Amino acid sequence: MKEWVDGLVEGSSLLQSLPIEVSYFLAMVFFSLVAVGWMAICALFFVWLERKVSARIQSRLGPVYVGGRFGWAQTPADALKLLMKEDLVPESADRLLFNIAPAIAFMATLLTFVAIPIGNGLVIADLDIGIFFILAVSSLGVIGIIMGGWASNSKWSLYGGMRAASQIVSYEIPVALSLIGVVMIAGTLNLVEIGRGQAGGIWNWYLFKSPFLFAAGIVYFIAALAEVNRTPFDLPEAESELVSGYNTEYSGMKFAFFFLAEFANLFVISAVAVVMFLGAWNSFLPWQILPGPIWFLGKVFFLVLVIMWLRWTLPRLRVDQLMHTCWKVLIPISMVLLIGVGVQMWLFPGN
Amino acid sequence: MSDEIRLGVFLGFGMITLVSGAVVALARTIIYSVFALLFTFFGVAGLYVLLHADFLAATQVMIYVGGILVLLLFGVMLTHKIATVQLRSASMQRGPAALICGGLLALLLYVIFKTPWPVKELGPATPTVQRIGRYLMTDYLLAFEVISVLLFAVLVGAALMARRETNR
Repeated sequence: MKEWVDGLVEGSSLLQSLPIEVSYFLAMVFFSLVAVGWMAICALFFVWLERKVSARIQSRLGPVYVGGRFGWAQTPADALKLLMKEDLVPESADRLLFNIAPAIAFMATLLTFVAIPIGNGLVIADLDIGIFFILAVSSLGVIGIIMGGWASNSKWSLYGGMRAASQIVSYEIPVALSLIGVVMIAGTLNLVEIGRGQAGGIWNWYLFKSPFLFAAGIVYFIAALAEVNRTPFDLPEAESELVSGYNTEYSGMKFAFFFLAEFANLFVISAVAVVMFLGAWNSFLPWQILPGPIWFLGKVFFLVLVIMWLRWTLPRLRVDQLMHTCWKVLIPISMVLLIGVGVQMWLFPGN
Repeated sequence: MSDEIRLGVFLGFGMITLVSGAVVALARTIIYSVFALLFTFFGVAGLYVLLHADFLAATQVMIYVGGILVLLLFGVMLTHKIATVQLRSASMQRGPAALICGGLLALLLYVIFKTPWPVKELGPATPTVQRIGRYLMTDYLLAFEVISVLLFAVLVGAALMARRETNR
C-alpha cells in the first residue's frame, strides 16, 4: 500500500502540496472502505447463492422474482429491510455489551479481509506475518459472539455463545496446526510469498506437493468449517435447539452485522484455503492464461459452493461428537501430519 | 512516520491500555472486567506494533484474546447465577490493599527510574519472524523446551482433573 501511495503522490501535484501523512491517512480510509465494500458484496452474494443452492438441492427454485431474473436483488432488498427495521434491545439485556457485540464480530472479519491477497501483490496490507495475522484476528470474532450471547440475557443466546466459545477455541488448534505444514514448506508467513511459491502448474500447489499436505488441506477444511459455525458444525446457532443461538435477540442492523460477518467468513476460510493449498491466483497450467484475480475468485467460489453443498447434505453433529472430532481425531492427525512434513523436508531437502 | 504522529499513536494506545485496565480492576460487574481486558490486550498489541514487533503483537492477540480471554469468559459463565445479569465483585479490606498497592507502585517507579535501560533509536521496520524463529531454535532452545514441557504437564494435569470428576 505504501508504494502505491508514494507512486500516486509522485504523479500528482495536488497530493505533493499536502503533508505525506495526510496522503497516507486518506489512503488508509480509502482502503478500509474498499475492504468494507468488498466484504459486503461477498456476503450479499453468498447469501443469495446459499438460497439458490439450497433451493436447487431441495428441488425448489429459491428467489426468482426480485430484480427480474434469478432473484438477484433479493439480498439487497433484504439488507434494506434490515436497515429500516426497528432497533430492538430486550429490556433485561445489558445495553452496552449488547450494542458493541455485533461491531466486534464484524470487525474481526473485516480485519482478515485486509490481509488476503486477491492476486499477485494485490493486497491491501502486505503483512510479513500474513497468515498468522489472519489466524490471530479471526479468533476475535468469538468474543463478539460470546458477548452478544451473554448480553442478550436469554438462555438460548447464552447457550449459543457458550457452545461457540468451546467450539471455536478447540477448532482453532487443528486449523493452525494444519497450516503450519504449508508455512514450513513455503518458509514464510507472508501470504503473497506463499502464493508466489505455488506458480507454475498444479503440481506446484502445496496441496499436491506432499501427501502430508494433501491430508492437512482436508483437515484444515473440516476444522475451518467448525470455526465459522457452518453445518455440520453449526451448533452455536442450531435452529432446532436454540431458536437462532447467540443472535436470537438481535434484530435490524445489529443482526445484519452478525449475519454479514458470518457469510463474509465463508469467503475468508475459502480464500485462506486457496492461498495456502490451492495455488492462490495461479492457474493449474504452467502458464497464466487469465488474470490472477479471476483464478483466485473462481477457486474461492468453488470452495464456497462445496461448503454450501455440505450444509444442505449433512446432518448436524452432537456436542460430544463435535468435541470428539476435534480433540481425538483432528488434532492427533494434524500433529502427525506436521511431523510428516518435517520428516519429508529432512529426507528430501530442497524439494 | 513523523515523531509527532508516532507520539500521538503511542498516547492513544497507552490511553486505551490504561483506561481499560482501570475498568478491569474497578468494574463492579465481573463480566465487564473480562471484556475490558480485551481492550487492554489490544492496546498492548498496538504498542508492540508501534515498536515494529508485528509478530509479538499478533501472538498477543492470538494467545491472550483468542485463547485466554475466551477461557476466562467461559469460566465466568460457568459460575452459578450467570443467567441473571447481576454478578458482582465485592471489594474488601481497602486499607491494607491500598497500602500494599501503594508500596508496589513506589517500588516499581523506583525500579523504572533507577534502572539504566538499554534504549536505542527505533530503526526502520524489519522482518522479525525469521530472527525470532532462529533464536528460539538456537540461543533460547532450553527455555523454549522447558516451557513446552511445563505446558504439556499442565495439559495432562488438567485432563486428569477433569477426568476424575466425571468418573465420580
